[in-house]
Amino acid sequence: MLRQLLTVSLIFTGGPCLIPASPASGAESELSTTEFIDQQITQAWVDNNVRPSTSADEEEWVRRVYLDIAGRIPSLQETTAWLDDDTSRRRTILIDSLLETTDYVRNFTTIWTNECIGRGISRRVSRSGMEKFFRDVFAKNRPWNDVVRDLITAEGHFEENGAVNYILAQTQMNDDAVQLTARTTRLFLGQQVQCTQCHNHPFNDWKQSQFWQFNSFFRQVRRIDRRRQDPSSGRPVDDYSEIVLGPFNGPVYFETRNGLMHVAFPELQGRKVDPDDSDRRAKLGRMLVEPVDGETPQIARAFVNRMWAHFFGYGFTRPVDDMGPHNPASHPDLLNRLSADFVAAGYDVKELIRWIARSQAYSLTSRMEEYNEIDNPSAGEMPLFSHAYVKSMQAEQLYDSLIVATNAHQSGNDPWDTQEQQRQRWMQQFIVAFDNDENDETTTFNGTIPQALMLMNSELTDKAVSVEAGSFLHQVLSQSGSDRKKLQQLYLAALSRRPTRNEISRLQRQFQSYGRDGRVAAFQDLFWALLNSNEFILVH
Amino acid sequence: MPVWNNYGMKRRHFMQHVATAASTIPALNFLSHVTANAGTVRANQKACILMWMGGGPPSIDIFDLKPDSKNGGEFKPIDTAARDVQISEHMPETAKVFNDLSLVRSMSTREADHSRGRYYMHTSFVPNPTVTHPTFGSVVSHEFSGQRKSLEIPAFVSISGASGDAGFLGMAHAPFVVDSSGRIRNEPSEDNKRRLPGRLSMLEEVESGFIRSGRGDLPKDHLSVYRNAVNLMTSRQMAAFNSAAAAPSLGLEEESSQTRELYGQNSFGRGLLMARRLVEVGVPFVEVNMGGWDLHQNVFQTLRDQRLPQLDRGISGLVQDLKQRSMLDDVVLVWMGEFGRTPRINQNVGRDHWAASWTTMIGGGGLKNGQAIGATDPDGIRIADGSKSYLPGDIWATVAFALGIPRTTVHTSKRGRPMKLVNGGMPIKQLTG
Repeated sequence: MLRQLLTVSLIFTGGPCLIPASPASGAESELSTTEFIDQQITQAWVDNNVRPSTSADEEEWVRRVYLDIAGRIPSLQETTAWLDDDTSRRRTILIDSLLETTDYVRNFTTIWTNECIGRGISRRVSRSGMEKFFRDVFAKNRPWNDVVRDLITAEGHFEENGAVNYILAQTQMNDDAVQLTARTTRLFLGQQVQCTQCHNHPFNDWKQSQFWQFNSFFRQVRRIDRRRQDPSSGRPVDDYSEIVLGPFNGPVYFETRNGLMHVAFPELQGRKVDPDDSDRRAKLGRMLVEPVDGETPQIARAFVNRMWAHFFGYGFTRPVDDMGPHNPASHPDLLNRLSADFVAAGYDVKELIRWIARSQAYSLTSRMEEYNEIDNPSAGEMPLFSHAYVKSMQAEQLYDSLIVATNAHQSGNDPWDTQEQQRQRWMQQFIVAFDNDENDETTTFNGTIPQALMLMNSELTDKAVSVEAGSFLHQVLSQSGSDRKKLQQLYLAALSRRPTRNEISRLQRQFQSYGRDGRVAAFQDLFWALLNSNEFILVH
Repeated sequence: MPVWNNYGMKRRHFMQHVATAASTIPALNFLSHVTANAGTVRANQKACILMWMGGGPPSIDIFDLKPDSKNGGEFKPIDTAARDVQISEHMPETAKVFNDLSLVRSMSTREADHSRGRYYMHTSFVPNPTVTHPTFGSVVSHEFSGQRKSLEIPAFVSISGASGDAGFLGMAHAPFVVDSSGRIRNEPSEDNKRRLPGRLSMLEEVESGFIRSGRGDLPKDHLSVYRNAVNLMTSRQMAAFNSAAAAPSLGLEEESSQTRELYGQNSFGRGLLMARRLVEVGVPFVEVNMGGWDLHQNVFQTLRDQRLPQLDRGISGLVQDLKQRSMLDDVVLVWMGEFGRTPRINQNVGRDHWAASWTTMIGGGGLKNGQAIGATDPDGIRIADGSKSYLPGDIWATVAFALGIPRTTVHTSKRGRPMKLVNGGMPIKQLTG
């Protein structure tokens, strides 16, 4: 192994080599988690004959790490401070400190709220309740196994126990918890079983009977949608919703393709639960975190795979929530080790993020070179992580980044809930619901025309390029200093980088065409262009 | 005579404004149509309107009734204008125009999950994690947008729904999604229009470096989408989205209340009317979504009271209107969802997902219509002996035939793999004659 590592280091041409020069004994088990990531990723480069791109420069890296951890671009002040900082280990320090910000909490709260209840407005689901639950999860860094258990076993009022909103959102239809079953396996076990509701899947290792065995854990879910009388109109209106333990025991019945009826009892991976057990979900919550035959629980593997995909754009399997023998992982040993270490670390979410974000692969530039162009998962290739992959911003990332780029000195004044509601209202213009039993939705914030029109013409953009007193542009333009310096500030605010010399001279020619009276307009148009640029909307 | 461009300014004035923004040429790259000949739209252009029944429609209750079977349900069949073709009693207006429509009663498609079925029926390919196949509307956009120089709005419009991605054909061919009101959000204000040329030439400066920086396709896609967006928002053809807008130069009038009534005053009817207007200005592919078909329970009452009256009005209204405008031979119609629904009626008086034997509808397009092709067995649970079964690729191959897209067309995936048009599906002979 040591020899392999050395060979690898020699192949590098100018690229960073973060692999320790001499790992203590060369034994894989003695590599730290991040060292193991580097070693496995490097091995795959060697095996596939690609070389990594160089390390991202500080401007590129800081923007990416803010977007991935804090869910927004760095502010002008944050970028400037970073670029002036020359402490050693400053990347590690920044990762650690970003994990302590409220932006980190907010970012992952948004991501998991969307996963659990969608982005659209559902009657009888409390978004604020769900957000409150996840805010607490990420602020306190609660262990992920506890989080999954809380969501699966939740009972109570939808604002007092926000966790129940997951089940409320997945039981919108009176469907014997079919949707809840499919969603739970997909989200928390990384397995797609929706097809096995009706038949054994040809590729998947889940059988139809297993779908209904898993489903039978959820049959004691009972939702109550409370109503109250509206005092002014005297009519009944929606009050709150809650989940309670319902009476259900015995088997679940299902029909196979040939029309025969079968029964299923609560059972997970061969582990049975007494069908007369009074609380099947509580049992399930415990079973999901127990290792079976020494294997890492699937909830850990599923979460690791998702977190990896969050940072790199691609997980170890494609899609990220379709794991199993039918769909082998790109880096199986790495997935195994990361999952085992995640469990050993007590399902510590922040620690997992640290391992991933400190890896060499995450520090690379997104610029492809001739020698690694073949590493292009968007063309269907297996990801080798030899350069960072360009991702599109999520709508919420864009919204928060626009606020930061244009309004930094004012943001943060509104209370969390108000900010959240404003963003949520803005978000609704992009939601398209599918109107079927899977409660699916998609968004038109997908790089197509509606998104472009919003960025070009919306009130949000009009405000962003305003020069009224108190605006960002007003602030920049009324400072002393050369136009060149102001131009630099606009670039730093929007793209977290300084313009190149070539860019400056070309822009100066543009500026000249606006004439002396058009100077302010030129700055406005430039800022509009920066916010509308490919470089702004992409995470790279 | 003053020449007006799409900013509502005189052409000369506009060009001056562009010139003041220095790099005239890049800005005009965005505004391709301003220099293109925006002449009158050619009449009788080929197009396809897809009526997408999101959720999976119970075709056994609509187009392939089984009155003598225990699976037959509550509805009776009625005769149609087409000899030997019967459909549901709750589709009386559609029955009258059935000479211009046909049924394919032997669809057998395997995919009975919503997202897989949606993907398969739209692309003709089963989902594959390493490649995103283009939805058929994107294929049409890809084949036609080069030819339709005067078309300034997207060549693929999807009304009230999302119909998949352009996949390896590139974002320029992605569906433009609007709701059935036709309202386009974030249209430019007058001030934004005035400033657009200057802003676009700045944008060109700002983003060209990143495009050349080895970051793959996304930065380039961004440019093509912006080009489409700018063309759209500065185009008079926008009037096609709004049925209350007249645009004499485009041959569009404000739609009368009789016309609206003909299509039905509901989201589906409004969507179909908009589709006709879009086709009139040259859009070659429009998808109109009608949801609410995932009828696991209470199927008959829902169909009778809600879904079928709207469907019947919409289809028959569209056929009559296209015919009266002499457009029907050029516009091919397709009606389908992800799959059909179980012949067996479940305990909640509903029908579940069923892909093994179901019906799609096709019509117009100069095809030999008025037929029912293929058949299911008396209980509707399998394709009848001796009947050929069909896949989505066969439906789309028939549409490609009607549109004049050669069957030999091959696209190349990003990995360089050749991909046959509609997965090698074959046009249905009885329809193409």
